[in-house]
Amino acid sequence: MPNSDAHIVRSFAEELQLISATVAKMGGHAETILADAITALVRRDPDLATQAIQADKRVDALDADIEHQVVRMLALRQPMAVDLRSIISALKIAQSLERIADHAKNGAKRALVINQSQPMDATRGIVRLSDVAREMLRGVLDAYVNGDAEAAVKVRDRDEDLDVLYDGYFRECLTYMMEDSRNITAATHLLFIAKNIERIGDQCTNIAENVYFMQTGERLTASRSKGEDLSGGEQE
Amino acid sequence: MLDGASENSRLDDAKVVCKDVSVSYSGKQALFDINLDIGSHQVTSLIGPSGCGKSTFLRCMNRMNDVIDGCVVTGSITVDGVEILDEEIDAVQLRRRVGMVFQKPNPFPKSIYDNIAYGPRIHGLVHGKDELDEVVQTSLERAGLWEEVKDRLAQPGTGLSGGQQQRLCIARAIAVRPDVILMDEPCSALDPIATARVEELIDELKRSYSIVIVTHSMQQAARVSQRTAFFHLGILVEVGETEQIFTNPRDERTQGYITGRYG
Repeated sequence: MPNSDAHIVRSFAEELQLISATVAKMGGHAETILADAITALVRRDPDLATQAIQADKRVDALDADIEHQVVRMLALRQPMAVDLRSIISALKIAQSLERIADHAKNGAKRALVINQSQPMDATRGIVRLSDVAREMLRGVLDAYVNGDAEAAVKVRDRDEDLDVLYDGYFRECLTYMMEDSRNITAATHLLFIAKNIERIGDQCTNIAENVYFMQTGERLTASRSKGEDLSGGEQE
Repeated sequence: MLDGASENSRLDDAKVVCKDVSVSYSGKQALFDINLDIGSHQVTSLIGPSGCGKSTFLRCMNRMNDVIDGCVVTGSITVDGVEILDEEIDAVQLRRRVGMVFQKPNPFPKSIYDNIAYGPRIHGLVHGKDELDEVVQTSLERAGLWEEVKDRLAQPGTGLSGGQQQRLCIARAIAVRPDVILMDEPCSALDPIATARVEELIDELKRSYSIVIVTHSMQQAARVSQRTAFFHLGILVEVGETEQIFTNPRDERTQGYITGRYG
């Protein structure tokens, strides 16, 4: 974050700090929902899944809170330069975090359904995917809090790994389905969870781009190299 | 760090070209080697803290500093290629081509009509009453004041509201068909609505004139200008497209000033 301590108007600095603290808090919640959703899936724990689903409401509330703070600051403070960029970035990052929490919540909902079926080896692959997504999310939140544009670029570059993992997992699930048609329901749900995690990676990329813009005032333009896309992965 | 002052100070379609302009008042230097072009048909805003030299620089462009004892201006300023710091140049003629609008509206203690007619008359720009009537009407129309004053042209200009007086002064400035209009905080004595009218007028006028505005309101600079120059301690720190200056300034000092971190 910019050095907001040096503001002549102290309340302005405090408001800027409050926005970034709210974004960081929101990011923390989103991280927890993702972790809980996957743990609930692996441990077949319906209580934890329900808890993750409930926690999404807190993220939505924080998103609304950030939007309110941003609109208020734009109207009352007329921020300029780095302040303007950090306020706009906070709004966009909050949107991405809200989407991330939604994707994670969707995983928790599907975990409740999958847990009705017989256990499958395929759930292990999900853990590999979610580990990368969680690292990206944690990395990009650290980059935001520390105002580190370089760290943000590194997070963006990791999205490629996630896309490759997702493509591999897609094939793995197809194999399970072909082996035993009773797996189809659960494997389809797992594929949707994998897709959600892949989308979380895309949102982390968006956040990384916003952190970069906030810090430098420049847009990250060089596009990430995209591997062969076998599974209809969307690009953002 | 990129040097935003030297990098962007030159333009291809410059109306006014300032090179190494320095100013001192009784030996105390107020401006240091300013290099800045003023573009045609656009608004350039000069911003910076009090005492940074922005008004001093503005006044160089129509030699208003000549009237201050002990003021020495060096360097070169050309308007359409003509050196205006040259002793040979008639300052009165120069000020017809480079008009000025001041902080506080200062209409002459004359009728609205005569306020506008004065310049064209003394500069011999018009012949006959009809032509003069036309110049008065056109100038007031262009300043967005005609509808408000057309029925009371014989009444004193000082009887108008502050915002109207300022637009009268702008009408007076454009009546002599200048090339450049300098504005020194033209809205600081006006309420927000009158300010909005003047800003709308500035936007309209930039089609015909090159405008330079000194303002303490950064929001105003952001609203009305296409280029912004930031002055600090008599130095031109940074100049660039207004959008760039207000979203992504390159110099720490500019950033500090426009975000309110200037200490």
